Amino acid sequence: MPGLALRYEAAIGALPDQTAAAPRRLLVVRITHWIAVLSVLALLVTGAGILISHPRLYWGETGNIGTESLIDLPIPFIIGPSVWNRPFHFLAAWVLVLAGLAYVVGGCVTRHFRENLLPVRTDLSWRGIAGVISDHLRWKRADDPWTYNVVQRLTYLAVVFVLFPGIIWTGLAMSFGVTSVFPVLATALGGHQSARTLHFVFAGLLVLFLIVHMAMLCLVGFASHVRAMITGYIPPEGSTR
Amino acid sequence: MSGLLTRRALVTAGITAAGASGVAAAGYFADRYGLIPPDHDGLVGIGETLTYGSQRLLTSHESLMREFARSAISKSAPVNGPAPRDEAYRSLLADGFKDWRLKVEGLVGRPASFSLEELRAFPAESHILLHACEEGWSYIAEWTGVRLSHVLDAVDARPEARYVAFIPFANPSQSGVVRVLWDTIDMADALHPQTLLAYAMNGEPLPADHGAPIRLRLARHLGYKNTKYLSQMIVTDRRDYYRKGRGTWYGGI
Repeated sequence: MPGLALRYEAAIGALPDQTAAAPRRLLVVRITHWIAVLSVLALLVTGAGILISHPRLYWGETGNIGTESLIDLPIPFIIGPSVWNRPFHFLAAWVLVLAGLAYVVGGCVTRHFRENLLPVRTDLSWRGIAGVISDHLRWKRADDPWTYNVVQRLTYLAVVFVLFPGIIWTGLAMSFGVTSVFPVLATALGGHQSARTLHFVFAGLLVLFLIVHMAMLCLVGFASHVRAMITGYIPPEGSTR
Repeated sequence: MSGLLTRRALVTAGITAAGASGVAAAGYFADRYGLIPPDHDGLVGIGETLTYGSQRLLTSHESLMREFARSAISKSAPVNGPAPRDEAYRSLLADGFKDWRLKVEGLVGRPASFSLEELRAFPAESHILLHACEEGWSYIAEWTGVRLSHVLDAVDARPEARYVAFIPFANPSQSGVVRVLWDTIDMADALHPQTLLAYAMNGEPLPADHGAPIRLRLARHLGYKNTKYLSQMIVTDRRDYYRKGRGTWYGGI
């Protein structure tokens, strides 16, 4: 094992200078990213399993088959799956929340947010944002696909600091144990059913993000970017893979 | 090389041992302070333990569920499956549960059995609460009954008691998914000031579909923990027989 590690280090040292200097994906980011992938997938599947037991959404404190709904999803009521999907949903939620805490603490300590996600001041203008969007619409490749552009940075920040906290808040607002201590979690949203509806709205936004994230990943090179998110190293410049 | 290996093995073994004893110690203290749920086994048990333990720490001051004004009471209050249809239940229902009794036994100084009249003789209290099904729907209703802690005082529940089991009439007409053959709650919920043995709903005697003559009403839990059609209560310190029915034991989430 130590021999292997030494050889690995030697190999890294032997790589060309531009690769050694190129941005790496941080260890804490890589580990928590893949934990998030697994737990979010589990949460989406089990969340759908809970939703199909009552595919109607309401606003306010209460809502049931005898009251008016906000949204009627065009799927039949299937009683039962919610019972066994719920415990897996909460297990995956714990995994995601703990990984998310590790990510936020690690991201602050390693200056990941400041250096990789906070937009550069000169990019942060309507012109800069419009430029990135128009480049994408004209299928123009980025000069450096390994640094995040301003739209990417803003999107990642919104997912990390708005979408995930929103999903966690609305989820906790449905827990009777939690709202017995912090009733404001539910009342500030308009009630228990509003929290449930917003939970599914946030989940829908997360699915939208995942679709765009996957589409961009395929456009920019699926294998090389997945490999970079696993090993942390990006391919040497000029390499096609 | 071998010196390095040995040192690494030692450090790894040391960290593993420290981690294992840390987890064991945490488990011991968590159990002592009532932070481990009965269904703590297996993969799902990890999540259940984290949820139950953290919520019990959060709610240790007897946190109260929010209550509503009478004007907030819902016009529709659905149920998941109707009342028992067997002859024994129907005849009890027909004569207003005159011959029904709630047996209370187990770790109590004075085992007893209460008639509906005797339960109504306890100080009555009403709570207007949100009732939510784990499927996602909900309603608000006013529940009137006797505080469970008053009944536990009357039978002199022993200090070593850890759970109270609720055994309902058999109810084959309840759907197989939601049917609960019996259930338990911990003492934190049993002694909670909003926990009722409810005999009235929205000012009327408890309707048959809602659990007549008596249902458990737990403010801080989802609907499925509010066992209907009660016939017996057992005070116990045993954790191994905790629930017969689908779903997880803790319903505070």
